[in-house]
Amino acid sequence: MSVLQIENLSLAIHGARILRHISLSIGPGEIHGLIGESGSGKSMTALAVMQLLPEGAEASGAVSLAGQSVVTLRDADMCTLRGATVGMVFQEPMTALNPLLNIGQQVAEVIALHDNLSRSKAFVRAAEVLERCELPRDQFPLTRYPHELSGGQRQRVVIAMAIAMKPKLLIADEPTTALDVTTQAEILKLIKRLADEDEMAVLLITHDLAVVTGLADDISIMRNGEIVEQGKGAMLHRTMTHPYTKALFSASGHQPERAQAGQDRALLSVENVTCSYALPRKTLLQVPERFIAVNDVSFELHQGESLGLVGESGCGKSTLTRAILGLEPLQSGTVRLDGAEMTGTADDLALRRKMQVVFQDPYSSFNPRHKVDRLIAEPFHLLGRTARMDEIDEALVSVGLSPTDKEKYIHEFSGGQRQRIAIARALIIRPELIILDEAVTALDVSIRAQILDLLADLSEQFSLSYLFISHDLSVVRRVTDRVLVMRAGRIVETGETEQVFTNPQNPYTRKLIAAVPQLSDA
Amino acid sequence: MRNLILGFALTALFLIGAALSFLWTPYDHTVLEVTNKLKPPTLAHPFGTDQLGRDILSMIMVGARTSIAVAIVAVGIGIGLGVPLGLAAAASRGSWIDEVIMRGNDLIFAFPSLLIAIMITAVFGPSAVNAIIAIGIFNIPVFARVTRGAALSIWQQDYILAARVAGKGTMRISVEHILPNIANLLIVQGTIQFSLGILAEAALSYVGLGAQPPVPSWGRMLADSQTLFMIAPHITLFPGCAIVLTVLGLNLAGDGLRDLLDPRIRRAGL
Repeated sequence: MSVLQIENLSLAIHGARILRHISLSIGPGEIHGLIGESGSGKSMTALAVMQLLPEGAEASGAVSLAGQSVVTLRDADMCTLRGATVGMVFQEPMTALNPLLNIGQQVAEVIALHDNLSRSKAFVRAAEVLERCELPRDQFPLTRYPHELSGGQRQRVVIAMAIAMKPKLLIADEPTTALDVTTQAEILKLIKRLADEDEMAVLLITHDLAVVTGLADDISIMRNGEIVEQGKGAMLHRTMTHPYTKALFSASGHQPERAQAGQDRALLSVENVTCSYALPRKTLLQVPERFIAVNDVSFELHQGESLGLVGESGCGKSTLTRAILGLEPLQSGTVRLDGAEMTGTADDLALRRKMQVVFQDPYSSFNPRHKVDRLIAEPFHLLGRTARMDEIDEALVSVGLSPTDKEKYIHEFSGGQRQRIAIARALIIRPELIILDEAVTALDVSIRAQILDLLADLSEQFSLSYLFISHDLSVVRRVTDRVLVMRAGRIVETGETEQVFTNPQNPYTRKLIAAVPQLSDA
Repeated sequence: MRNLILGFALTALFLIGAALSFLWTPYDHTVLEVTNKLKPPTLAHPFGTDQLGRDILSMIMVGARTSIAVAIVAVGIGIGLGVPLGLAAAASRGSWIDEVIMRGNDLIFAFPSLLIAIMITAVFGPSAVNAIIAIGIFNIPVFARVTRGAALSIWQQDYILAARVAGKGTMRISVEHILPNIANLLIVQGTIQFSLGILAEAALSYVGLGAQPPVPSWGRMLADSQTLFMIAPHITLFPGCAIVLTVLGLNLAGDGLRDLLDPRIRRAGL
């Protein structure tokens, strides 16, 4: 008998149709991957199972959990079900834990709530559960607070809270999206192991096909509130029939057509750059220690080249980016652009116009109070003049938007459109180098494929060079000529992208590449 | 939206009354008519007359002028000095400039405002101008703190980074990017301080430290009428209501304005 059985579930919120005729079932110990792009309704499906729908929602159809229909349950009964029969893991481990409680208290709270255990017994159980989630007690005592743990360790605590009552069903909503690839691999392995050990059904919601294909027994592909295709995990890429599924698969492995690497002239050269931050003083009179974020880094980026910089969070990528952009003081070393040294003074303005940047978050990279024409014209400050109307129009057209968009505010655009606007802003003063700081990380796969194509086109059209910074190795592999691997402030490996990926020399690079989920392995 | 309309209506009533008093009042508020004293509200005197036979409606209208003048200038001092200080502190966060500005603010905060007002009057004599200065000084740290706190979070945004990449300096970023994004908070704080200014002016006048006779003031009207409260309640009631409704109106208007000024909320439809 299946643990979760959804039949013909439809959902409307304030009259807007969100879900249409969703049917799926998960048996004990099975992992079911629910894949879709943002807005496809995958999270709403999970909330419908938990009966945590927003106000104004009207659901029809049947949802049964371990043979019991949840649609007709009263809220009080549903509360005992949540946490005990169904556990849930959310995307963001930074906000899913209460920062004021230590990890023992958070896990024990769940246990005490459902089992009416005494405090001390609940703590003993909490310790066991954390141990199962690979947080051994001698290294991670129960008295640790969330801020003392890394992102992956926090996610383990969240998982521990979800599985503390040995639920029959675990709903994991993008559980690894916010994590680094090596951590992601470990967390997925953990979920798989727990599902096997406890005969627990898992509903794994994600936008990343590669994450699911290697792991899930069954896969459902969602689009606009409908399941367009269902199939066996490992077989799906061979059995798929729906055009959307095919589009999704091809977008995930999308390879933009690019001209090959450019000339030998060094456009950007970074020589022995070191950046460090002062840490907080430990005692009043002690000289504060410094954290070295970028340690003696040197590399060159050639004209017309696309250079990748990969590394996990905290490795110093962002600091290095800011140092190159002249936003961060250098402790030592030099940054040269086109042969001229950046001095960190007002004289740099002429140099800086050769270099622009696109940031990761399409939502916070624009001043919400300005209209698009003013937003994308901002770099003209470097030229000391204002933008002409035709220059604004041209920039918008070159990124695939319409000139009439310049009258709009930024909140009127979707994430992908915003990233196009960010590229227009970088492009408008015709720089030679654009730094892409995780520029496609926050986008859905099909949008990401479009943006990567756009970048490849623009690179040819305006003979641009890119410094492509990302933690997503599979994307870097497809769009760069050479790649730098960074770890703990140092560059540990450099080389031709294909060379590095097929024959990594450094052990860290090998570990990194091995952790990347592969579509073709499925 | 309903709050905004109600708030604007009350504020407008108060502003129109004050503006109208320059051109016309039902009676001259300086003329005494002792034979006609303490009359309850009638058609001829809608709010009645006070202990010296003056028309209370006329006095409230002229008194509104005093309140507005004191509150506007006091808020102006607060915004004019507090906001630039707050922006400077946020722009130089963590440095000694930030420390000097914020600790200076703490210093002013440490003194009760009425106490300082009494001190100023003790030295320079009571007048509306001294009341303005006393209230205004205490608005500076309020605005500096609100500005700094809000500005700090804006400084973390990527679009500030983008502006720095475009070579813009601290000053320019503060004015172009930070200020418009914290304007809604400042407007709300401004209306709240405006209403607090009206209250403070009334309090100072009540103890005799604000505007001096014959200039009418709501606070002094309350003070003058308190001994007669049992005989003629209307002479306390009307100035009291004027203060309450004005303060309420300004608060409602400030809250509604904040929602209206934010393009994101405006688009979602109120």
